[in-house]
Amino acid sequence: MEGWDPNTKSTLTQIPLLTTKAGPRDGAAWTLRLKEEYKALIAYTQMNKSNDNDWFRISAANPEGTRWTGKCWYVYNLLKYEFDLQFDIPITYPSTAPELELPQLDGKTQKMYRGGKICLTVHFKPLWAKNCPRFGIAHALCLGLAPWLAAEVPILVDSGMIKHKDDATTSTES
Amino acid sequence: MEVELKEMLSDLQSLKQSLPDPSLHDSLDKIQSRVEHLADLAKAAPVRRSKVKDMSAEVVDSNPYSRLMALQRMGIVENYERIREFSVAIVGIGGVGSVAAEMLTRCGIGRLLLYDYDKVELANMNRLFFRPDQASMTKTDAAVQTLSDINPDVVLESYTLNITTVEGFDTFMSSLKDKSFCPVKQGSGVDLVLSCVDNYEARMAVNQACNELSQTWLESGVSEDAVSGHIQLLIPGETACFACAPPLVVASGVDERTLKREGVCAASLPTTMGVVAGLLVQNTLKFLLGFGQVSPYLGYNSLKDFFPTMQMKPNPQCSNGACLKRQEEYMLAKPARDAAAKAKMEAEAPSEEGPLHDDNEWNISVVDDCELGGPETKSSDALPEGLTRELPSADEFNNLSAPGAPVTDIDDLEDLRRQLEAINSA
Ligand SMILES: [Zn+2]
Repeated sequence: MEGWDPNTKSTLTQIPLLTTKAGPRDGAAWTLRLKEEYKALIAYTQMNKSNDNDWFRISAANPEGTRWTGKCWYVYNLLKYEFDLQFDIPITYPSTAPELELPQLDGKTQKMYRGGKICLTVHFKPLWAKNCPRFGIAHALCLGLAPWLAAEVPILVDSGMIKHKDDATTSTES
Repeated sequence: MEVELKEMLSDLQSLKQSLPDPSLHDSLDKIQSRVEHLADLAKAAPVRRSKVKDMSAEVVDSNPYSRLMALQRMGIVENYERIREFSVAIVGIGGVGSVAAEMLTRCGIGRLLLYDYDKVELANMNRLFFRPDQASMTKTDAAVQTLSDINPDVVLESYTLNITTVEGFDTFMSSLKDKSFCPVKQGSGVDLVLSCVDNYEARMAVNQACNELSQTWLESGVSEDAVSGHIQLLIPGETACFACAPPLVVASGVDERTLKREGVCAASLPTTMGVVAGLLVQNTLKFLLGFGQVSPYLGYNSLKDFFPTMQMKPNPQCSNGACLKRQEEYMLAKPARDAAAKAKMEAEAPSEEGPLHDDNEWNISVVDDCELGGPETKSSDALPEGLTRELPSADEFNNLSAPGAPVTDIDDLEDLRRQLEAINSA
C-alpha cells in the first residue's frame, strides 16, 4: 500500500472484507452482496464512533440499494464543514468502484470531475482493482473520500471558496 | 427580410426618378448598392440542403457525396453506398465522440445513436465541434442540432443518460437491440459501437453490454495528460474483452514522478482528440465497408509520434461471465469457420506460384512484419515497447483470509438496514 498515510492504512485493515462478487443486475447474489455491504458499513461507522472520528452518514436511497445518499463532514480550524454525499452503484460493480459525488462543491475545485464527482488519487483505482471483490462502499469512503476531504477542505476554506455555515449566516445578516 | 429589402430597392428607384436634383443621385446610388449587398447577404443566410434519395457519383457542386463515391471508382471501396445501411452507436459525445459523429455524418452514415449524460460547457471550448452558443444544452441535443444541419440524410437518435447506472444501462441495452432501422440484418440493431467515454467505469459498462449482445465495438481513449491515446477493436469471444486484462495505456515517456497530477484531474488538447477520432473513424469505415485492415490495437504517443500496435487473445479466466460465454461460442464455431476459410482460399487460389516481383528494380527488401514490431499475438503479460498496464489484476482471492469479519451473523437485509440507521441516528 504505497502512497497511503499510516492512519488510512490501519483503519482500512479493520474494515471487514466482502466476498460476494455481484453487482446490481445479479439478482439474489446482489442481495447477498448488499448484506455484506451493510455489515462492513456498520462495522466502519461503529469503529469511527469509538475512535472519536465519526465523519459520515450514508444510507440506501432506494430498496434495491443501488443509490446511496448521506452527509460527510470535516473539521478544520475547530469548525465543522458538512457536505451532501451521494453516489450510484455502477452496473459493473464491484469491478469498478462507485463514483463519490459532493454536488455542493461542483465547480469549486480542480480536484473534481463534472457533476461533483471527486477526483481520486492515482493510488485508489489500482488498489481497488487489486482487491476486487473484497472492497465495498465502506472501503471506498475510507480510501477515497476521507483523504480527499483532508486534502481539499483546508484548501477550499483557505481560498475562501467555501465558508462555514455560521460565517455565511453572519454575512447575510449584516 | 428578402422581400422588405426588395421593396426598399424599388422605393429608392422611384425616389431617384422623382428627384429633380441630379446632385443627389450619387448618394442615392450608394444607398442602393448597400441595400443590394444586404440582399445578397440575406440570400446567403442558412439554407438547409434537402435530403438526397440515392448517393450519386456525379461530380457537380451540388452533390455532397461525389468525392466519397470516387472511392468506389478508384477501387478502394467496393460499394460505398452501403454506408447508408449502417447504424453506429457512439457512447460519450465529448472531445472524441463528437468529432467522430461529425466525420460519420459527413460520410453519410445511415444512422447514429448518441449517448451522453452531460451538458455543453464553456470549459469544453478548447475542443472541436461544439459552439459557445450551445453552452448549457445537453451534448446529445446540441450534437443532433449541428449534425442534422450538416447532413439531413443521417437518422440521428439522442439518448441523454448515464450508462453506468441501472436505469441508464437498461435503456442503453434496449436501444442497441432495436432493429427497426434495418430489420433484415443479423445480430443486434447496430453494426458497431464506438466507445468514446473518458472513464474506466463507463468503458466497463460498454464492455458488459457488448459482451451480452455479442456486439463488436471499438474502444478509444485519450490519456489524462492529453499527450497519448489509443483505439482498440473488441470482438466478443474472439479478442480480449475490456475485462480480460487490465486496460493498456500508451506510455508517454514522461517520468511519472515529475508529472504534477495532484493539482488537477485531467488536461485536454483538441489535437490529440482529433487524431484519435480520426483513427477511430478510419477504422470504423474499414470495418463497415470492408476495405484495408482494422487495427486490433493502435496506440498513439504524441510526444514521440510513435504508434505501437498489438493483438490480444481473450482470457479464459476472465472475470466477466458474458465474455466466457462468448469465448465458448467462438470455440464451438471453429470447425465451421475453418471450413469457410478453406473454401475461400480455394476459390481465390492464385493461378501461378512464385515471387510477386521477380525483377526488384528498386532494390526494396520486404521485411517480415515481426521484425518491424508489427502486430503480434502476445500473452497478456508481454507488452510491446511503449505500452503498459493501467491497473493491476485482482489478487488471487483465496490467498487472502478475511480479517476481522464480524462474528455476529445477521442474515436479514431489513435487519441490517435498520441496524445501520440506528447507528446513524445515535
Ligand atoms: Zn473478457
